[in-house]
Amino acid sequence: MQDIGAGAPWRPSRRFALKLAGVVALALFLAWLGHNVAENMAQRGMHFSFDFLHDPFGVDISFHILPWQLGQSHGYALLVALVNTLFTAAIAILLASALGLLLGLMRLSGNPLASGASYAGIECVRNVPLLTQIIFLYIGALQLLPPARASIVLGPDIYLNVRGLFVPVPEWGWSWAVWPVAALSVLALLRAQWRQRVPAALLAAALATLFFAFAASWNRPVLRGFGFSGGWLLTPELLAVWIGVSVYVSAFIAEIVRSTIGGVAKGQREAAASLGLKWHQEMFLVILPQALRAMIPPLTNQYLNVVKATTLGAAVAFPEVVQVFARSIMNQTGRSVEIMLMILTIYVGLNLILASLMNAWNRRLEIPGR
Amino acid sequence: MRSKWITKARISGVLLALCATGFAATSAQAQGALPAPGPTAAAIKQRGQLNCGIDTGIPGFAYQDGARKWQGLDVDYCRAIAAALLGDVEKVRFVPTTTPTRFTLLQSGDIDVLIRDSTHTFSRNASLSLQPTAVNFYAGQSFMVRKSLNVAKAAEMNGATICTLAGSSLELNIGDFARANNIKIATLTFDKSEEAAKAAEAGRCDGYSDDTGSLAAVRSTMQKVDDWMILPDNLSKEPLGPYVRSGDDRWRDIVYWVDAALKTAEEYEITRDNIESFRTSTKPAIRRFLGLDAGLAKMIGLDDEWVVRVIKAVGNYGELYDMHFGAKGLQLPRGQNNLYSHGGLHYPLPFR
Repeated sequence: MQDIGAGAPWRPSRRFALKLAGVVALALFLAWLGHNVAENMAQRGMHFSFDFLHDPFGVDISFHILPWQLGQSHGYALLVALVNTLFTAAIAILLASALGLLLGLMRLSGNPLASGASYAGIECVRNVPLLTQIIFLYIGALQLLPPARASIVLGPDIYLNVRGLFVPVPEWGWSWAVWPVAALSVLALLRAQWRQRVPAALLAAALATLFFAFAASWNRPVLRGFGFSGGWLLTPELLAVWIGVSVYVSAFIAEIVRSTIGGVAKGQREAAASLGLKWHQEMFLVILPQALRAMIPPLTNQYLNVVKATTLGAAVAFPEVVQVFARSIMNQTGRSVEIMLMILTIYVGLNLILASLMNAWNRRLEIPGR
Repeated sequence: MRSKWITKARISGVLLALCATGFAATSAQAQGALPAPGPTAAAIKQRGQLNCGIDTGIPGFAYQDGARKWQGLDVDYCRAIAAALLGDVEKVRFVPTTTPTRFTLLQSGDIDVLIRDSTHTFSRNASLSLQPTAVNFYAGQSFMVRKSLNVAKAAEMNGATICTLAGSSLELNIGDFARANNIKIATLTFDKSEEAAKAAEAGRCDGYSDDTGSLAAVRSTMQKVDDWMILPDNLSKEPLGPYVRSGDDRWRDIVYWVDAALKTAEEYEITRDNIESFRTSTKPAIRRFLGLDAGLAKMIGLDDEWVVRVIKAVGNYGELYDMHFGAKGLQLPRGQNNLYSHGGLHYPLPFR
């Protein structure tokens, strides 16, 4: 059988037929699902509409980075919750990476105490369900903290109590002073890293000083009324999710660090040793940069897990997307089909974006020509 | 010839039989004597057991005692219905239901009646196609706060944090209340009332918010009960009571009149202990109510003894309240849950 007008002979192979059948079956299945939903919704007198996103939402959101006031729209409440989710995922990825690297290196160090402690920690953490750990952290640790008037003082104007961790913030910092300074410092750090000229740490210290000098006026937490006001509050719910997810994922990252470092050719280490490099020089200048190539694909999986795991915040009253959107708003509006569709889309979208960023990084680090 | 005659006789016999059945059917309809018991009641009788949906555990409404036996106002309503329909208080299968599954279980027929401190509302009636029957408890949303907070009413709670339940009308009511009074109340929402109460106890929140009956129940579970007080405010109307599926009016009637019987007994001061002495009563209203003069019971497909059985089994409404909420229970004043004749809202329709 020849394809009309085509130069090359086109033969429908068995493989192609199978693929086609698969696609058709999937399309039919989805169409059936859609039809089923539509029919059942019609039967119950429901109609598919996203108009509810404009309606006002009269429920408080206990932690928010974007400003939130009662009566703003459901759509905006979703955005507030989404920013909470993104913020939690971002700080959890940072903490999990740092902890994971530390635990991984501890396991590889020759010191039996460090390696044993790391091994025990990893085994404990990764063999207990994450939800259990978060709830334990919340009820068993954070709810046992003292009341506001008996706060634990962690530093100047930093208080820890049952209501959360209160930290001071630079007064106009968040609006205009901080962002340019932060952006500049990150850029400068990257440049320094790139050229290896200025020691990065020194530059960071200089920028930090500048930052504190800039933000001369601080908004400090003060005890008044029902508790502290002013400053910035990291609620126990946020702390429970952040620490819980970070510690859990760090155990897996530690294993990734360990195995990828083990995968770097032995000769590299011997070469570094023969050059007279110290342990930390050998690790950070020779071994880790090479291990990083192998690390990124499995690390991507863990980062995706972090994003998904933030939904467990709903179990400890942390207002992330699932808690705010799939519980409160779904119960107030009854728009379960629309809301679940949106939530699926949001998480698929978030994870696809994160995965593509990680892939881009991976490609940059690939050895050219391979 | 003979065979032809036999055929004729057969045909006429069949016709006659048909005729008789038709007449019987029409006459039954015309007289309205004993109406069909309705599919739900018929199914329960055939099964020999009432499937009753209750709460998973909340003091006052439904809780398990030391011997793991279910107790509570809602639980005793289940028993009363079983006593009325099946003649035996023990013929109940208690099905504990959670907030999200309760209505689905009723719609799907897994339970015959849902008696689970559930609020009767417009949308549940209209869009879930469920039938609210009678109100067995008048509640309203309020706050439980620490006495050391020194607030006398909810409007003084500007800046406070309140723990409550997620996905409920509770969080919305708090938001509405705060906006109406121009104050700020932060809310933390949990899945279960135990979790929310625990967070309040730990000091994470300044108080806990729920319906009054549940509030009293939760208060009784706090480690230091006397440290906590319930504010007098009512943020909402929460009439709680049994639900049945729409479409079986006969079954709805039975549930409705069991509730009315419990309250009417209190009105006539008929209790579990003194009911036998009323058998000699000469008052027509009481004779009608207790089925001493035949007539009313069969109109809803029950026998004349049903009211006596119900009261003997669980007592009257006042006795139930005292046991589960009042002096013997959670020390919650009767307030709106008194009979109309004592300033409350319970007004049983007359038995006649």
